[in-house]
Amino acid sequence: MIHRFLPLLVTSAVLVVGFLLCAAQFPNFASLRVVGNLLTDNAFLGITAVGMTFVILSGGIDLSVGAVIGFTTVLLAVLIEQGGWHPFSAFAVALAVAGGFGAAMGAVIHVFQMPPFIVTLAGMFVARGLGFVLSTDSIPINHPLYAELGDLALRFDGGGKLTLPALLMLGVVAAAVVCAHWTRFGANLYALGGNRQSAELMGVPVGRTTVAVYALSGLLAGLAGIVFSLYTGAGYSLAATGVELDTITAVVIGGTQLTGGYGYVIGTFIGVLIQGLIQTYITFDGSLSSWWTKIAIGVLLFVFILLQKGLLAVWTGRGGAPAEA
Amino acid sequence: MTRSVSGPSRTLPQYGALAAVLLANWLLFPDFFSIRLQDGRLFGSLIDVLNRGAPVALLAIGMTMVIATRGVDLSVGAVMAISGAVAATLTQAGWGLAPVLAASLAAGLLCGLWNGLLVAVLRIQPIVATLILMVAGRGIAQLVTEGQIVTFTSPGLAFIGSGSFLTVPMPVVITAILLGVTALLVRMTALGLMIEAVGVNRLSSAGAGVNTPVVLIAVYVWCGLCAAVAGLVVAADIRGADANNAGLWLELDAILAVVVGGTSLLGGRFGLLLSVVGALTIQAMNTGILLSGFKPEFNLIVKAGVLMVVLLLQSPTLTLFLPRPANPRPVRAPAKPESPSPSAGA
Amino acid sequence: MTDPTPTASPPLLAIRGLSKAFLGVQALDGVDFTVRHGEIHALLGENGAGKSTLIKTLTGVYQRDAGTVTLEGRAIAPRGVEEAQRLHIGTVYQEVNLLPNLSVAENLFLGRQPMRFGLVDRGAMRRRARAVLMPYGLSLDVTAPLGRFSVATQQIVAIARAVDMSAKVLILDEPTASLDTQEVAVLFKVMRTLRSRGIGIVFVTHFLDQVYALCDRITVLRNGRLVGERRTAELPRLDLVAMMLGRELEAAAHRIALPADDAEEDARPPLVRFRGYGKARSVEPFDLDIRPGEVVGLAGLLGSGRTETARLVFGMDRADRGEAAVDGRAVRLRGPRDAIQLGFGFCPEDRKKEGIVGALSVRENIILALQARQGWLRPLPRRRQEEIADRFIRLLDIRTPHAEQPIQFLSGGNQQKALLARWLATEPRLLILDEPTRGIDVGAHAEIIRLIERLCADGMALLVVSSELEEIVAYSRRVVVLRDRRHVAELRGGEVAVDRIVAAIASEPAVAGEPRP
Repeated sequence: MIHRFLPLLVTSAVLVVGFLLCAAQFPNFASLRVVGNLLTDNAFLGITAVGMTFVILSGGIDLSVGAVIGFTTVLLAVLIEQGGWHPFSAFAVALAVAGGFGAAMGAVIHVFQMPPFIVTLAGMFVARGLGFVLSTDSIPINHPLYAELGDLALRFDGGGKLTLPALLMLGVVAAAVVCAHWTRFGANLYALGGNRQSAELMGVPVGRTTVAVYALSGLLAGLAGIVFSLYTGAGYSLAATGVELDTITAVVIGGTQLTGGYGYVIGTFIGVLIQGLIQTYITFDGSLSSWWTKIAIGVLLFVFILLQKGLLAVWTGRGGAPAEA
Repeated sequence: MTRSVSGPSRTLPQYGALAAVLLANWLLFPDFFSIRLQDGRLFGSLIDVLNRGAPVALLAIGMTMVIATRGVDLSVGAVMAISGAVAATLTQAGWGLAPVLAASLAAGLLCGLWNGLLVAVLRIQPIVATLILMVAGRGIAQLVTEGQIVTFTSPGLAFIGSGSFLTVPMPVVITAILLGVTALLVRMTALGLMIEAVGVNRLSSAGAGVNTPVVLIAVYVWCGLCAAVAGLVVAADIRGADANNAGLWLELDAILAVVVGGTSLLGGRFGLLLSVVGALTIQAMNTGILLSGFKPEFNLIVKAGVLMVVLLLQSPTLTLFLPRPANPRPVRAPAKPESPSPSAGA
Repeated sequence: MTDPTPTASPPLLAIRGLSKAFLGVQALDGVDFTVRHGEIHALLGENGAGKSTLIKTLTGVYQRDAGTVTLEGRAIAPRGVEEAQRLHIGTVYQEVNLLPNLSVAENLFLGRQPMRFGLVDRGAMRRRARAVLMPYGLSLDVTAPLGRFSVATQQIVAIARAVDMSAKVLILDEPTASLDTQEVAVLFKVMRTLRSRGIGIVFVTHFLDQVYALCDRITVLRNGRLVGERRTAELPRLDLVAMMLGRELEAAAHRIALPADDAEEDARPPLVRFRGYGKARSVEPFDLDIRPGEVVGLAGLLGSGRTETARLVFGMDRADRGEAAVDGRAVRLRGPRDAIQLGFGFCPEDRKKEGIVGALSVRENIILALQARQGWLRPLPRRRQEEIADRFIRLLDIRTPHAEQPIQFLSGGNQQKALLARWLATEPRLLILDEPTRGIDVGAHAEIIRLIERLCADGMALLVVSSELEEIVAYSRRVVVLRDRRHVAELRGGEVAVDRIVAAIASEPAVAGEPRP
């Protein structure tokens, strides 16, 4: 029983212990303001990571998400500032484009039986390239709605607040948890990641599910792009470079197997928060250098990959004594 | 090096692609092939392609062998950053050229060894195993440079990046040397055969007595070394180390170069020279786009297009629709023409 | 052709005149097969008998060329596993085709989860899962991942899923191959329960003891044809084995002249010596000596532990008990590399997966083992490689346009000969051949047998696994007979004869249902 949730428990323990250590060192760390900022600063990452979790659960990977975020911010900036569109219509178009882009990649992966790694790598080039073609400059977005949306927040005593990006992320995570565990689509994703052939034999619509999961990942990357443009108030084709790596890292730290089939959305959420926590700690400390973030995350990655390797061996290990029935 | 086995039929598309891109460049820019000698060094667009293509070509040499074993090394960009950082920092600290080079290459070997151990001994899938160093490597590089962009003035190290040997720019010379050494290493020993055997069928190879873990570790170590050399060249060229940006996303270009060079991502036969040709083709395209007055922004889209075309040609689904491409048999005349080939495919 | 027992109601499943050919090879030729309500029906046959083709045609994986299939009197023609399931035909394979990463409950209800308010009702799913598993005596945490349970449990879950999806015919394809005695007992209980509920079970297995312990009827196929259908109670073991192997027992095969006196032979020190060698769930501990110049045959039905023995000897699988010695010195076989250093060679049964390196040339495949033994630092010069390759291509008459042909484009027989060449190039002291003549045309077959005889005359020791008893008898000095993962007899000298082997395979275990520790 504990077995199954062990990666999740370890991840959560790392977060809690980490937070307590931070709080012990810096008296004003344990405040709603810090927590609120942690959520806001990592909102776009969290939203993207949810889509990545789904893709990885299904046995794939999506390297294009960072580029799609960058492209979306530019598209929004161009539509709103140069095209004079209302932000909401621009949002709708951006989501449709990003979702369609993901669906197209999924279709290529399924129809041509090509490795997702390479197809989404090409997708990354295309999305970045399209962003560059739209504009290579950082375009500030000055629409009044952006200021309004930026101010929108649930405020708490002591300066803590849940901004719109933070709320969006929490909403997406909640919806994703429901989707993963209380819908047939979710079960099909896990099935696909477990064993494609068996899944097909058991009646899982493999093609439809593959296209849908990449479409979802694209859609969420688009949403993250919207959040990112709200957060920075600008559109820039080089925005969010390397986010694909950060999200994959969050997914792995969150206890999801990169080979698919095992893992939890909530784990990814915690993985995002751990990365954010490390960054916040380093900011608070002031004397520590930023590169420790990368090294710490690398070490965490290694530890979690080893942990999963061991657990998977236990789960599927049938060599020794028969497991209790 | 390509071998007599592969014959001209297999290598034709790669050379053809490079020739086509060069020809297109020439059409757009008639001076493309003009080369002039200035201050004892060659200059010109063509030299520029070679010179700028060198880092990716260097990475592609190591990546080719990793991919031939059915693996991939995502960490090469980060390893470049580490080796550059080591070189720049030690040079700034007053070390001599030889120890700097040794330390820097040793860093690359060590990184490769780490990747190799994860893949061969802990049996972690290559993408995941090398992801760790891809993430942590840049942090390590920054740790070495303490977050600064370390610059140096040592002419010895700078020579590696911007000097020339017999009028040829050093990066080109170094690439040629590394290509030659690697080719000798794999083709004059049995390593090349074992790499291909492991990539085609790891189980059969192990059953025939091939020491698969050692082969795997060897290719990742060599890939780390190649990345370190590439890092040195880049650092020497800009006379400094930028831990954040050195080699950023070059792992993807290196994979692209290998794929364009015709080595299958599913492992097996590899061609080192072809991967270098692939790297140069990509660079020639970049240069061509620049010269033609198109915005450099189109670079990425063109790259993606090329990648997709190459992959589609390899796709199992597509080959169902198309007539079987080239006869897999080599062009060479059969040794025993009297016995017909019983081409059973099961 | 056996007339099924006439009954008033139509049989549950009736297959008549079923034929199926692949690329001109007749895999099934006018086969009849009948399953009645509430019976366990063993479907037996050696390799190439057509069992798996029959099952795959029944479950819609293949489309039949001719014949009819009727289920309770209604003609059916499923075009896929799903459709077969809807038509009440459920299948459980040896490699359980469920998802180890999903929970037991999710595996049971994937694609048909109980829904409430548009969402999966996980509570109801758990409750129904427990209820579904109850009749099987399985009380387990249905929320735990399936992969955590034993193969036996997984198989029962797979059965439960198939039955719950309203299977009337349940096909169990070698379900006991990787189970231990206790697990087999549990599975048998489940099968008996299902039988009492009127379900017809098709049971494919290689364990004759299990057939006699459980099955009501036996249908035997051989070479794509029906040999016969019998009531288990009316079919003595010896007759069954004879049906499977396809020979009249009186007709003992001729054998080549026996070279020397056996007693004298035995006095020589063995090249290799195994004592109490074995591996849990693979093959029982065995003793085995092989002397230089001797051919030892491993005979037995499919799945009897022949291949497992061969793999242990080569270190392809690692033994977990017993001792091995070469030239009287204790050795450890941790892997093929150890064995190769000792002068062993091994041609595996699954040529494609474990033998050839498909995309590499014939030359490279031939020199691979020799090169691997020399190490990568001492490459064989290209000239030398070509000499070796050409020599063996000539010697073994490997039909290839030239040595640079990728081996995957050769026919099976020529691939096999190239693999033989790979080992002969290393001049091995002991060559292990697992089914050397499988899937090979008649001409190549004879050549390989001649080659085996020649090798043995040259002083090489050979350990040969083969399903072809005549073949084994023809070249073996000694034959070790296996049954149910156990070495049950060793025939030597004049004892080596087809009827003796068959008798040993069919012999009753000393104690009924003897335990396999």
